[in-house]
Amino acid sequence: MTLPFRQSRRDFLKVSTAAGGGLALQLTIPVPALAQATAKGKGSELTAWIAIHPDDRVVIRVARSEMGQGSSTGLAMLVAEELECDWRKVRTEFVSTGEQLRRNRAWGSMATGGSRSIRDSQEYLRRAGATAREMLVAAAAQRWKVPESECDAENGLIIHRPSQRRVRFGQVAQAASKLEPPTEVKLKDPKDWNLLGKSAPRLDIPDKVTGKPLFGIDVQLPGMVYAAIAQCPVFRGRLRSVADERILGLRGLIKVVKLEDAVAVVADNWWRANRMLKALPIEWDVGPNGGASTASIREFVRFGLEDTSVPVARNDGDVEAGFAAAAKVIEAEYYAPFLNHAPLEPMNCTALVKGGRVEVWAPTQNAEATHAAAATTAGVPIENVDVHLTHLGGGFGRRGFQDYTRQAVAIAKAVEGRPVKLLWSREEDMQHDYYRPMTLMRFKAGLDAAGNLIAWRIRDASHSILAGVRPQDIKEGVDRHALGGIVDLPYGVPNLRIEFAMRNSHVPVGFMRTVFHSQNPFMRECFVDEIAHAAGKDPYEFRRALLRAKPKDLGVLEAAAKASGWGSPLPAGVHRGIAVQDSHGSYAAAVFEVSVSDAGELDIRRVVVAVDPGYVVNPDSAEAQVQSCVAYGLTSVLWGEITLSQGRVEQSNFHDYRIMRLAEMPKSIEAVLVPSGGFWGGMGETPLAPLAPALCNAIFAATGKRIRSLPLSNQGLRLV
Amino acid sequence: MIELTVNGRKRSADVEPEMPLLWVLRDVLDVKGPKFGCGIAQCGACTVHLNGEPVRSCSVPVSAAAGKSVLTIEGLAQRGRMHPVQKAWIDHEVPQCGYCQSGQIMAAVALLKKNPNPSDRDIDAAMTNLCRCGTYARIRTAIHAAAQSMKPAKA
Repeated sequence: MTLPFRQSRRDFLKVSTAAGGGLALQLTIPVPALAQATAKGKGSELTAWIAIHPDDRVVIRVARSEMGQGSSTGLAMLVAEELECDWRKVRTEFVSTGEQLRRNRAWGSMATGGSRSIRDSQEYLRRAGATAREMLVAAAAQRWKVPESECDAENGLIIHRPSQRRVRFGQVAQAASKLEPPTEVKLKDPKDWNLLGKSAPRLDIPDKVTGKPLFGIDVQLPGMVYAAIAQCPVFRGRLRSVADERILGLRGLIKVVKLEDAVAVVADNWWRANRMLKALPIEWDVGPNGGASTASIREFVRFGLEDTSVPVARNDGDVEAGFAAAAKVIEAEYYAPFLNHAPLEPMNCTALVKGGRVEVWAPTQNAEATHAAAATTAGVPIENVDVHLTHLGGGFGRRGFQDYTRQAVAIAKAVEGRPVKLLWSREEDMQHDYYRPMTLMRFKAGLDAAGNLIAWRIRDASHSILAGVRPQDIKEGVDRHALGGIVDLPYGVPNLRIEFAMRNSHVPVGFMRTVFHSQNPFMRECFVDEIAHAAGKDPYEFRRALLRAKPKDLGVLEAAAKASGWGSPLPAGVHRGIAVQDSHGSYAAAVFEVSVSDAGELDIRRVVVAVDPGYVVNPDSAEAQVQSCVAYGLTSVLWGEITLSQGRVEQSNFHDYRIMRLAEMPKSIEAVLVPSGGFWGGMGETPLAPLAPALCNAIFAATGKRIRSLPLSNQGLRLV
Repeated sequence: MIELTVNGRKRSADVEPEMPLLWVLRDVLDVKGPKFGCGIAQCGACTVHLNGEPVRSCSVPVSAAAGKSVLTIEGLAQRGRMHPVQKAWIDHEVPQCGYCQSGQIMAAVALLKKNPNPSDRDIDAAMTNLCRCGTYARIRTAIHAAAQSMKPAKA
């Protein structure tokens, strides 16, 4: 999918006016919109999602962002399965927010996060495909003057069964686009799927191996200028003054733009802008947080473990009575640090403010939020804004936040009439994230004389993401989102008490791949291992017994155990660890095989991850997501830690925020896909959830040392 | 005025000699394949060939490329035919987000030029580019496959 970066603004307006002209669809949910033939060259539109050209090319419009997860192909497969088109003729294009707005949100949500792209849109996409197919069949039947019931659609053709006459989709698309869409369509039974569930090559790959300018950073517009930015190094601080006279007259300078908490230099290329920015003396008012450090923040969050009055999120049975009756009680405290998302493409956004209109080109995970942020920042009505979605050079949750959009539009306003591309340096990206929250947890568990788990108390002290983005969802002090994997504990425990202490420091926090299911399972599943060990039971069998009432969790646990040969002999010095965790509508379990030398050299010899996402759309992409979760998750576990000193982040680039390299990737990763059907779950995040605990449990099996604090590089362990 | 050859074409840029090659390519010459990831030669997203050698163009001043030949991902295909490494990347569905892949492919092409039959260990040593999506396993497979496909046919 190549984006029309190079077309002129006038051309863009011409096309978008034509496409949106006269369409006022009163739809609040994205059921297929009225058929409408669009401008010449755009093909005939059959529902908002599909345009078919006379030469049979099928354009499927994609509303969700493509950041590597492969959903632009998966979403198109969902449409094509019901459309019965020739898959080789399919290409995709992104929907712009202006069109989305003019057509009354015909494409539903554009937000791309929480592993929701497929599971939240699969039904209306399949319905759109089926609707378009029915319209094509009806048009062919009218042409032949035969009943529709005698016609079938198959691989881009309509076939009249009795006469064996055939017509191509492209030949009837225009006539079909003028018909009334059916109000009811029947979706295929999954057993009849031709495309879904079989690996299909991703549609975006050829452009990605030939260096096509797909990404936000690649946007090039006539007359465009470039902005570099320096933000107050202490969060919530302010700009005091900037000695901009120091760079006046330097080559390429266009403007110094002062924002509330940042300074931007606009120049005729980005390197000059960034060089001048670095030469610029800037004074910050750092505010009250200039003394904060990792230690002080950790102490602040940790107070939540000691606090005697915190809200209770869940209280089953009587946990104190359970402890009183216990033959054995164990306790432990766990810690997970702040993390940076570090997508490889730094934050960037291109904006043009002109004549009361705003146009934005952005690698964003939430194009409609980008649209709203642009309108608010520019002070224009939302009808005067359009956002063009580009490919994302990684997202991982970072690009749902709109700080960079607001900055780009504010800068564009200051150089009104000229498009400006704002690009952050890696250092800005490292030091101005919405970080994975620092979280601590304290556990206490009681076992009866037979080693049964009879009581469990969990105290979670954590930053809250919702406090910043959806405070209305925090009820009576309990952020159930922050308690993901904890408050919905699948294990059967008669006496269970879960308490939550919200502890928000000045550090901004946000959704990072797998979100709280990236640190909470580490704590929960490592502690379950501690309980099993205290009970003298095999950690796999111990979990199985507690998951009797949870067939899906049990299913992936057993699948991972079976695939890894749990219980079978291993070479000397090699040990296994296991963990299970559901999240994002799916279920995952992992087994690691490791060896650890006396010197702390950790060798990850094998990783097995079993996943049940209900249905698998594109198995090859699903396998790629498992591999991706291993690289992303292990990077965090092994080395990931953002630290602060004097209120500011200490890490600045990849030399001090280490990312896994090829040589460090485990050589043996097995993705065991066990889709059980009947539900649609996510695939981009769930496989990450059980990795940290399965690895740490394997390390315990090898060394007898419990890992209760991450990253492993702080625990005397080194990957070999 | 600095003159250099980019993908076989003579180009010139009126820029400071210390301006990194990456930014001359991207912002002055509109060659967008090489990507910016870190600016300190850590990630390799900006990898191009300079007189046949892989370099991290974010950390090479353009003056060092004066009079020399620069090859970027855009120049890899010959007469409209993709390089075997690009084909292997497609066959093995390597890219996810794709942002690092121009650099990965240029690094792999350089490796295979020097070492037509690399071992896993050789690949480990040569392929130090970062991929945040974790496409490493497929990169390894694709390099082995490209090496096979580039072997001269036996007589």
